[in-house]
Amino acid sequence: MADFSWLSKFPKMDRETLLEIRKYLDSTFRDFSREYGDVIESFFDPLLDFLIWFEKLLVQSPWWAVLLSITALVYLTSRSWKLSVGVVVSFLLIGYFGMWENTMRTLSIITVCTLLAIVLGVPIGILMARSNRTRSIVTPILDVMQTMPAFVYLIPVVMLLGIGKVPGVIAVVIYAIPPVIRLTNLGIRLVDKEVLEAATAYGASPMQRLMGVQLPLASPTIMAGINQTIMMALGMVVIASMIGVTGLGQPVLKSITNQYFTLGLFNGLAIVALAIIFDRTSQAYAKRSQKHTQSGNHD
Amino acid sequence: MTNQSSTQPLIQIRDLYKVFGKKPANVMPMVKEGLSKDEILAKTGHTVGLKAINLDIHQGEIFVIMGLSGSGKSTLIRHFNRLIDPTEGQILVEGIDVMKLNSKELEQFRRNKMAMVFQRFGLMPHRTVLENVAYGLSVQGVDKASRNAKANQWLETVGLSGYEAQYPSQLSGGQQQRVGLARALCTDAEILLMDEAFSALDPLIRSEMQDQLIELQKELHKTIIFITHDLDEALRIGDRIAILKDGNLIQVGAPVDILLNPADDYVEAFVKDVNRPRALTVETVMKPPAFRLTADTIGEALKQMKQIPANYAYYVTDEGFQGVVCQEALEDAVKTDKDAPMEDFQVEEMTPISPDALLESIIPTTMESDFPLPVVDADGDLQGELSRSHLAGVLSDFYTDDADNTESQKSNLINKDK
Repeated sequence: MADFSWLSKFPKMDRETLLEIRKYLDSTFRDFSREYGDVIESFFDPLLDFLIWFEKLLVQSPWWAVLLSITALVYLTSRSWKLSVGVVVSFLLIGYFGMWENTMRTLSIITVCTLLAIVLGVPIGILMARSNRTRSIVTPILDVMQTMPAFVYLIPVVMLLGIGKVPGVIAVVIYAIPPVIRLTNLGIRLVDKEVLEAATAYGASPMQRLMGVQLPLASPTIMAGINQTIMMALGMVVIASMIGVTGLGQPVLKSITNQYFTLGLFNGLAIVALAIIFDRTSQAYAKRSQKHTQSGNHD
Repeated sequence: MTNQSSTQPLIQIRDLYKVFGKKPANVMPMVKEGLSKDEILAKTGHTVGLKAINLDIHQGEIFVIMGLSGSGKSTLIRHFNRLIDPTEGQILVEGIDVMKLNSKELEQFRRNKMAMVFQRFGLMPHRTVLENVAYGLSVQGVDKASRNAKANQWLETVGLSGYEAQYPSQLSGGQQQRVGLARALCTDAEILLMDEAFSALDPLIRSEMQDQLIELQKELHKTIIFITHDLDEALRIGDRIAILKDGNLIQVGAPVDILLNPADDYVEAFVKDVNRPRALTVETVMKPPAFRLTADTIGEALKQMKQIPANYAYYVTDEGFQGVVCQEALEDAVKTDKDAPMEDFQVEEMTPISPDALLESIIPTTMESDFPLPVVDADGDLQGELSRSHLAGVLSDFYTDDADNTESQKSNLINKDK
């Protein structure tokens, strides 16, 4: 008589084998991180130096100088008085409620993460738009990055690099980079075929096509991606604070563990204020750079 | 273009095949065996775009490639500058095999040899009109001041001065295509590829653009390859016309050949709908002048007249066509003085028609005249004659049933033009 128990009960691996596999993978990764952790860490040293320098710049400069330069920057990119006044008011409130320093720390890490995401994401998006094969490889990776719970990839990052700013930045970038890659790819693929054909017909080189036609025409879509990336990076701030990223996330984390509702709310609202400022500024900039769509169209 | 055969063609297409699909090379034997497009699609999933195309295009002509959608005409024009690579075959431009160019050489070739005008204009929405016109030059690395100067000049030529700083979306379709045309002319390329350039425009703007193109061509003498699905347009602007059907070249010839000697039923079906009086010129249907008098005296003239079967003749001197002479008038004149010189004889004045005139424009005069109308060229020489019965014959091939209809349509059109 054959054993038919597998019909009623899912046939699973026996406990010992599973344990073996887990032990093996864990120890291999641990050995790897012991062996190469320092090398990898030193590779990120320049990034760390820059992070520290930038944070110091924001935190240690007099508050009015920082506020003035942020407002000037917002005005220059958006050319909107309303938004600039909003920036001044919200930063004054943030400072008055005693969250100035943390906000500056968050601002610095978000700025660095966004820049990194753009510098890495736009070229990857361009490569993806160039070949369907690259796209078919990158897309599932992006899916994993977006759906894998952030805590899961925090573990190896922390094992490799320990707790601190750099692993935080890496975690935030992994979480926030997919939109800019996806939308760069999409934007370039949506460029009018005939316009691109015209550029080719007039003898434009691939670089001239990219810089002169594809990127400018894809820029509204790319800007939407950058906008999404900034929003996601801000959303990741609280989780990143679990691995030692200082800023507005830490008080939020503290208020979760201690049930400080008001503390959590204030810091949460500060994050929201930052998000809105980033969002409106980048969108106003994107709109302003698309001059040809503004002035009265023919039909 | 009568001197074409003596010169080497500017562009030669030899045995060009294009098969779309995953493995076109595997399908080629089937295509050459002569399987039909549908059979190959059903068997292999590959689409035959072009089949055994051979073409010679000569310097300075407007060569029109005509076909309905799906005939492969847009595919064919993209082979000239290799926006599409053929599956098999040769493309020679000035004797250079375009297929052998590497990517850098191909870029240079596209920059200097050919310019293209697109059906939906292909203008860059983020650049101003001026920047669009100067695009070809900016790709070549020409400095801003000189390329803008040149672009301004071409904008003026196409009648768009004052629009330099506008964006394409602010212009009407016709204006946008003028920008497209200016952009193509701005690079000074010898060959102009026009892919259904006027098809997206409304009829009045279209005929305006056709006129402008013909005018420009008179000065520029470019080699223009023009794609269209509209036979009227092809006949109007083409020096020669190639007709494509399902990727096959069916007939190549001058507009008159296509109109008067269609190669097969397919072409004939096309030709049927053509507005003949608008498409044909007098030259293409006139007959050689039957009776001409060259005598010096009236007596001699009468002698010549009596040898011919008709009772009228065209009087021609060294200075060219003079007028019509009837036998009766001559007989009267002889009675008074048969040695009087012909110069003194009162010939009947008759307005001659030009060989370049469209039939449409000479229908009324021909129908009213008792004699066949003399056809006289710009130098005053008698080229031929056109009788009303002959004209009626030419037109009635097509206007048997609905002559009244077309007449009223025409008068509508004329009113609109005003």
